[in-house]
Amino acid sequence: MTDDKSKEKPVKKPRVLDRKTQEARRRFLRSLGLAAGVVSASLVGFIPVVRGYNPRLRPPGALAEDEFLASCIKCGQCIQVCPVEAIKLTDIMDGFGNGTPHIDARAQACDFSCDGLQCVLACPTGSLSHDTNYPHQVRIGFAELARPDLCLAMQGKGFKGRIRDASFKGLFRYAELNRWQPLPVRGQEFDREICDLCIVHCPIEIRRNQCEAGHPPADDPNQCPPSRAIGLEPVEGGGMRPVIYEGCVGCGACEMVCPVTPAAIVVDMTKNADTVTA
Amino acid sequence: MKYLVESFMQLLGRAPTKPEKDDITPAAQEIHFYKRGQKLDMDEVRRLHDEKQGKNKWLKRRWATLLFVNLLFVVSYYFDIQLLEGALTASRFLGFHMADLNSALQVMLAFKTVLINLLIGTVTVFVLWFLVGGRSFCSWVCPYHLLSEWAEKIHLWLAQKKLVKDIPFHRAIRSVFYVIFALLAFATGYTVFEAISPTGIVSRAIIYGPSLALLWVLFLLLFEIFVSRRAWCRYVCPIGITYGVVGLLSPMRVTYVLEDCKHEGDCRKVCLVPHVLDVTIKGRATDTRVPVGADCTRCGMCVDVCPTNSLRYEFSWLEQLK
Ligand code: SF4
Ligand code: SF4
Ligand code: SF4
Ligand code: SF4
Repeated sequence: MTDDKSKEKPVKKPRVLDRKTQEARRRFLRSLGLAAGVVSASLVGFIPVVRGYNPRLRPPGALAEDEFLASCIKCGQCIQVCPVEAIKLTDIMDGFGNGTPHIDARAQACDFSCDGLQCVLACPTGSLSHDTNYPHQVRIGFAELARPDLCLAMQGKGFKGRIRDASFKGLFRYAELNRWQPLPVRGQEFDREICDLCIVHCPIEIRRNQCEAGHPPADDPNQCPPSRAIGLEPVEGGGMRPVIYEGCVGCGACEMVCPVTPAAIVVDMTKNADTVTA
Repeated sequence: MKYLVESFMQLLGRAPTKPEKDDITPAAQEIHFYKRGQKLDMDEVRRLHDEKQGKNKWLKRRWATLLFVNLLFVVSYYFDIQLLEGALTASRFLGFHMADLNSALQVMLAFKTVLINLLIGTVTVFVLWFLVGGRSFCSWVCPYHLLSEWAEKIHLWLAQKKLVKDIPFHRAIRSVFYVIFALLAFATGYTVFEAISPTGIVSRAIIYGPSLALLWVLFLLLFEIFVSRRAWCRYVCPIGITYGVVGLLSPMRVTYVLEDCKHEGDCRKVCLVPHVLDVTIKGRATDTRVPVGADCTRCGMCVDVCPTNSLRYEFSWLEQLK
């Protein structure tokens, strides 16, 4: 009996955890791995934001970029109301900006043809600030004659024919042709002695002209922009230069209709609600 | 109260606890006692089970609802009829603001401002989902849920062929994610979770057209097919917790009726959150009728599959809270 007992005395085995504990441990470590994986995947979104890989024009009334990204709930209601479909969604390449709205002015600028800043009214979060009531209060960016040597007016040249190539789908509301419906820009024939397409398409200039003629938009004098946005000024040695004034809202209509490629006039994204206070 | 605590703790990731004898009502104890001696007649269970097979009443209704809601956004946009504008994250239904509770929370944490329209939307949506059961958002509306259900079918088929094996994680990890994403939103000022939420990505893709972000969703689905069954909804998605909390006291429940249950466990095999069905294990039910816990998505898979109709939908104010 005693002999037996001493025989049975457990030989010192390497400590083996029972299966259940082992599995629980593994599961715990796996779960940590999952957490690390998902969190790092989500943080990859930081890179494009911090690096500013994709500077974007935001819709009218947008708060400063940081606040905009914080507050936009990514619902796209602003997209749905725009009559010219100027607003598009950004994609995953924008990191945390994924799903937020932006405007690609060269493809389709905001021409305020909705009249009432519909996107601002649609926004449920105030990312497009409800303090913006009139087009002239908007600061999407600021136009700039980025390629003066390409500009036709600078060379003293005119423009005859249709703007851009056949694939261009941009819309613009030519109020004198159709008060309600934006029309394809490609559908219009132009014949200008000196190219001034950017000026005649500027929604701010158009509104100022309407006001000067005594017909403010919607018969509301508040709609009248207080300062000019763009105009042609003669340059020394011939030619005319499109000059941007402080009334420019950066809507990008000028960039959209600029007949040369690439556009001579573009919206400067560094000057927007962040940097210019209206 | 004990019921509520248990329901909440399960939602956060604690494994279900066995009830003490004192917590079981005499009526339930009697049934448990009576059943203890019974042997499970597998043939009868199979027969009852086969009788119900393939009807999938609730599955059909649910998929129809889910598709209807998501397509309503699309139809409303394309025909410009202003029925339901926006996307799942925030919308307007006939002009009334609606906001997804989790998205609204993320925005408020990041923006650190309570926005009035968002608040209106949040309250409306809260009341709505409180009435219809909290996580019923998941199985009746969330478009990722549907994709993930299909991925799950593939996973189960592969698993049956022994080609893949479900690798489980600890469920409490979802609560950890909840806290991490809340802190990230608050600390960085960006709605970090929203950028990777498949719910938002899929919803926007349906309405505004496909995006590259869908590749991320595809990756998640592949992960669920080959690695871990329903991983995103089970272990990650904070939306599930948000709506789970909304549904804690919700009158809309799947209720478990002890009497006829055979305890064979078919229901636990089909459930997205099988821990809530631990009440159906022999000897676990604390009463003759027990509303299933808050983590339940009210999907009705168990209702469809239960051979004895021991699980059913019920709309009643919780008596457990007495
Ligand atoms: S303000 Fe411009 S971008 Fe906004 S809805 Fe009107 S036209 Fe579209
Ligand atoms: S409506 Fe406002 S919250 Fe919605 S996507 Fe547009 S900017 Fe973002
Ligand atoms: S847990 Fe998240 S992803 Fe899954 S169904 Fe619910 S909301 Fe959708
Ligand atoms: S308990 Fe039933 S209704 Fe609830 S999630 Fe599970 S299968 Fe669906």
